[in-house]
Amino acid sequence: MSGKVLMKGNEALAEAAIRNGCIHFFGYPITPQTELAEYMAKRLPKVGGLCLQAESEIAAINMVLGAAASGVRAMTSSSSPGISLKSEGISYMVGSDLPCLICNVQRGGPGLGGIQPSQQDYYQATKANGHGDLHLFVVAPASVQEMVTLVGRAFDVADTYRTPAMILADGALGQMMEPVDFDTALAGKREVPEKTWATCGHEGKRKKNIINSLFINPDELEKSVLEREERYKLIEKNEVLWEEYLVDDADIVIVSYGISARICKSAIEMARAEGIKVGMIRPITLWPYPKAALAKAANTASKFLVVELNMGQMVDDVKVAIDCRRPVSFFGRTGGMLPTADDVLAEIRKLNGGKQ
Amino acid sequence: MTTNFLLSGFGGQGILFAGKQLAKTGMDTGLNVSWLPSYGPEMRGGAANCSVIISDKEIGSPIVTTPDVLVALNLPSFLKFESAIKAGGTLISDSAMIPEKSARTDINAYYIPATKMASENGLDGLANVIILGYLLKITKIFDYEMFLDHMIKGIPPHKAALIDKNRVALSLGYNYNE
Repeated sequence: MSGKVLMKGNEALAEAAIRNGCIHFFGYPITPQTELAEYMAKRLPKVGGLCLQAESEIAAINMVLGAAASGVRAMTSSSSPGISLKSEGISYMVGSDLPCLICNVQRGGPGLGGIQPSQQDYYQATKANGHGDLHLFVVAPASVQEMVTLVGRAFDVADTYRTPAMILADGALGQMMEPVDFDTALAGKREVPEKTWATCGHEGKRKKNIINSLFINPDELEKSVLEREERYKLIEKNEVLWEEYLVDDADIVIVSYGISARICKSAIEMARAEGIKVGMIRPITLWPYPKAALAKAANTASKFLVVELNMGQMVDDVKVAIDCRRPVSFFGRTGGMLPTADDVLAEIRKLNGGKQ
Repeated sequence: MTTNFLLSGFGGQGILFAGKQLAKTGMDTGLNVSWLPSYGPEMRGGAANCSVIISDKEIGSPIVTTPDVLVALNLPSFLKFESAIKAGGTLISDSAMIPEKSARTDINAYYIPATKMASENGLDGLANVIILGYLLKITKIFDYEMFLDHMIKGIPPHKAALIDKNRVALSLGYNYNE
């Protein structure tokens, strides 16, 4: 495939994973993510890989754990309720310091919720995708093209720091088609450390490797948590990604990610045409969070507006990043409803003091 | 220039396929495009629709709520979306499926009995392509021959038998006079 192809986000993400050397996929079907697994089922046998539909989400994530322990790039994908089921396995992978990619094509919640796009899993993805002192490297694509470019980054970060990574997408990005250039799938590819820790058989030639997340002795467990914390600090230092759009002269700064950020971009264009100075910071990594970029924007902007497809889960992160120096308001729809650019424009006008 | 299309009908009428042809041709001619389907239970007989945006600028929101062009292939779609068409916009309605006419004076409304034309010409299931032909004539968004060429290239080899039928259907729509 050279040049641009028109592809669904779910399928493009799957193809990008394969091109990044991930030929081991374990999943369980759920709307609106299923095309991803379907694509893997079609393609992986042809490239010598394995796509396995497990008996449940829980089984799938534990298969990822096993595959990752053997040193291969492994992946699972699901949508919101399925990700909740995977939480235990995700925590075990963190505890075992195993890299992998988990894709969450979010739908409305809580519970079984609905099947339309949402961003209601922000807290889960960024704060507590399982028990214990843990973080995942979480990236939020905003286009089908980014569903491709961020896959390589997610795998490279996962392998470099021995951590699970998550792509936090949504039903709209998964289902929509846009032109994709796969030549970019491997752009920015890094050298990653050799997996000397892998339990892949050694024929008696080295000391055995053990992958484990159980440390009965609290001294040992604390040591392992502290060592991981050092890697988290490095991720926070080195791996933050964000996009700035018309921030320099902005009085109002919108903070929005994923599909919401695109709706905001349309609204910003409309507001700018009315002379309202509004811009946007789009976090691309949700963890680590682009705190410094927001803090810098708070030096010049007077107001912040968070726009998400939930009830305001990112608001506190913005307040912390800017040390509550500016008022932070929120606008969002939830449960699978999407705001229009006009809805966001109305919020921008309100913040602009009703002036147009 | 940005054109927002909303195509809507029953699941199975080929709405998503028609939208994809527009998006694909837009992409092949170097424009930015997005294609966003409704998904879920409506794919099985309910009201399916898809948003297609074709633009020379970066595309923000991929959701079309106020279309420049609405293609309606059934009555529920007409009733749901006709009022949302932008002033100065275009309605293309399958009059074999939709008895209603638009009362709006600020849009250009076109009616073509595409489903009837399809069945009369042995082209069952290709009302969507007949409508596409008519859409090309009305909107002039793409050159007819170029569009035909792109559409035919997109037909997979195991469906090659459908190439001629698609060609005839597109031509029927393009040459239709209300």
